[in-house]
Amino acid sequence: MNKPSSIVAAVLMAFTLGAIPATAQDEGGHATPTIQKQSWSFGGVFGTYDEHQLQRGFQVYRDICAGCHSARLLAFRNLSEHGGPGFSEGQVKALAAEYEIRDPEAENGVRPGVAADRWPSPFATEQDARDANGGAIPPDFSVIAKARGVTEAFPANIWNYITAYSEAGPDYIYALLTGYEEVPPEGSEIPEGKYYNHVFPGHAIGMSPPLADGSVEYADETFPRTLDQYARDVSAFLMWAAEPHLVARKEAGFRVMLFLVLFAGLMWFVKERLWAPVHREEKLESEKHAA
Amino acid sequence: MASHESNYTPGTAIEKWVDDRLPIIRWSKTHLMDFPTPKNLNFWWTFGAILVMCLAIQIITGVVLAMHYTPHVSLAFDSVEHIRRDVNGGRIIQAVHATGASMFFFALYVHMFRGLYFGSYKAPREILWILGVLIFALVMATAFMGYVLPWGQMSFWAATVITNILGAVPVVGEPILQLLRGGFAVDNATLNRFFSLHYLLPFVVAAVVALHIWALHVPGNNNPIGVEVKSSRDTLSFHPYYTMKDAFFMVLFLIPFAWFVFFAPDILGHPDNYIQANSQVTPTHIVPEWYFLPFYAILRAIDFNILFIDSKLGGVIFFAGSILILFVVPWLDTSKVRSGTFRPVFKWFFWLFVLNFLALTYLGAAPAEGVYVLLSKIATAYYFLYFLVILPLLGRLETPRPLPTSISESVLAHH
Repeated sequence: MNKPSSIVAAVLMAFTLGAIPATAQDEGGHATPTIQKQSWSFGGVFGTYDEHQLQRGFQVYRDICAGCHSARLLAFRNLSEHGGPGFSEGQVKALAAEYEIRDPEAENGVRPGVAADRWPSPFATEQDARDANGGAIPPDFSVIAKARGVTEAFPANIWNYITAYSEAGPDYIYALLTGYEEVPPEGSEIPEGKYYNHVFPGHAIGMSPPLADGSVEYADETFPRTLDQYARDVSAFLMWAAEPHLVARKEAGFRVMLFLVLFAGLMWFVKERLWAPVHREEKLESEKHAA
Repeated sequence: MASHESNYTPGTAIEKWVDDRLPIIRWSKTHLMDFPTPKNLNFWWTFGAILVMCLAIQIITGVVLAMHYTPHVSLAFDSVEHIRRDVNGGRIIQAVHATGASMFFFALYVHMFRGLYFGSYKAPREILWILGVLIFALVMATAFMGYVLPWGQMSFWAATVITNILGAVPVVGEPILQLLRGGFAVDNATLNRFFSLHYLLPFVVAAVVALHIWALHVPGNNNPIGVEVKSSRDTLSFHPYYTMKDAFFMVLFLIPFAWFVFFAPDILGHPDNYIQANSQVTPTHIVPEWYFLPFYAILRAIDFNILFIDSKLGGVIFFAGSILILFVVPWLDTSKVRSGTFRPVFKWFFWLFVLNFLALTYLGAAPAEGVYVLLSKIATAYYFLYFLVILPLLGRLETPRPLPTSISESVLAHH
């Protein structure tokens, strides 16, 4: 086990061990179709959220999704935090005030919202949610973008570890929102009250197609009012909702990585310098032996 | 080597005063600085120090997390998200702790494979090795309970599936299962006791690590050629030579660590764990964390009855056996030669064992169907054959290459 081969072995081992967790999910796919990776502004190591996209996505969520889907961990104040949709504090205050918050200590049990409040849920109880949705619960949207993923087989998934691929959630959500088919393919039975979606596991989804061309009025007319655009924007918004501090995290990451790489470099030189006399002595001695 | 003379002279009156009462500085100088260490230790020997660092990181981040975490079934999930979203520095501390578990296991496996290759378990280091295996088992238990705490779907179902296997043990299985769960099913009582034990066990691990290092300091380090230290020419003082070398590799190890923490904190986990635990909904595919996969594969490989032992109990026996067998490796390997470098036949079987272990990791995540079932059985068979047949026989059949007479001679040969 000489030095170069040990290092090769170490690297190999690191890759193989590292590559395995993703296979854990791969096999569970149950005939889920391959989901195309989309290009996201927040993708990759350098990615950050696009403020305007988050604002549009928020509009889609608020106008369409929020009718059924709660986001109980999302606070109004998050909307004005660094790296997010970039609303002003005043805007957030005004927005929160539009909502009624259930509060047992308030008069009549409700009061207008403040920036510190969490997003109010559309249904008071789980049973209410089920009753309104044909028995199915619309999942909470707080961390949904992290609770969904795509599956890729080993060894293709190794690339994900190298590129720090973390956009599987929005990729899935986008694919799901654009994955409805009005006419189910032949041979697939869709029960009454369900809809065919080629991305959804099992294909029969309880949610009717939530978005269609023209269903949300964007203020900015440069963006097409299409299903594709809505799906893209709301997926980005949901990623932000699940990871509101992604930008701060990556910023810290760069500082840490830069420090570690420089520090490791310095450590290497100190170590080499420290060991140099030992190696020199050994060399001298081996020459003596040879002579 | 533990008995080597201390060359500490108290420099000041205060040091003298302390030394007469509690010779802790003398002890530190002897064991943490002057400790004679073979001069030929390679990169693989730095993982001991890396593991101490991993344990320290887990304990420090864990203690902070416990300040903000709520061990209750209706609050646990949200409290972890609260840490990620609202606690100052919380998202980094939480990510370090979660990623740290994976890094810890990666380093543990490297450290153990290093021991297996270089015969570090052989006399007089049997107790050192046994304590190491004990640490491994304790870390597995700690990690398993820690994974339950965020109370996601995978947490809940992993807890259910893994505690369930205890129920297969005859007579005592059922009572132990109920005691562990605090009831008939995984619920609030389970979460509470897992939290309590998850806080306790790392300190037990730290205590066993202290014994592990003590047991290391009696015979001294093994080394890549496996020939014992013969004279002071073979050694260097631990400080500054190995403190510096270990410190460098510790920093290097932190680079991929930080990569995961800051750029892909969720890539080592499972998306289902972002769904709050729900006993009414079973995930389509329950998989343990990657570091448990090899043993999970062994557990699942036994899908047939063996005489009066049904497949479920059989799986548990093989699963437990795969770890217990490590305790007796020092007596299974009959070769007098420690280092695999000088064992031409052993080398092949060893690397096949490593590959086989990686295969088991892959198979642990594969569905239990088709060709995977057969492959799991073959890989499980090799895992046990390696220890029970190959190691005992090779020592008798193999002709090792000639050993260098001393460490310094072998070092010179490399120049």
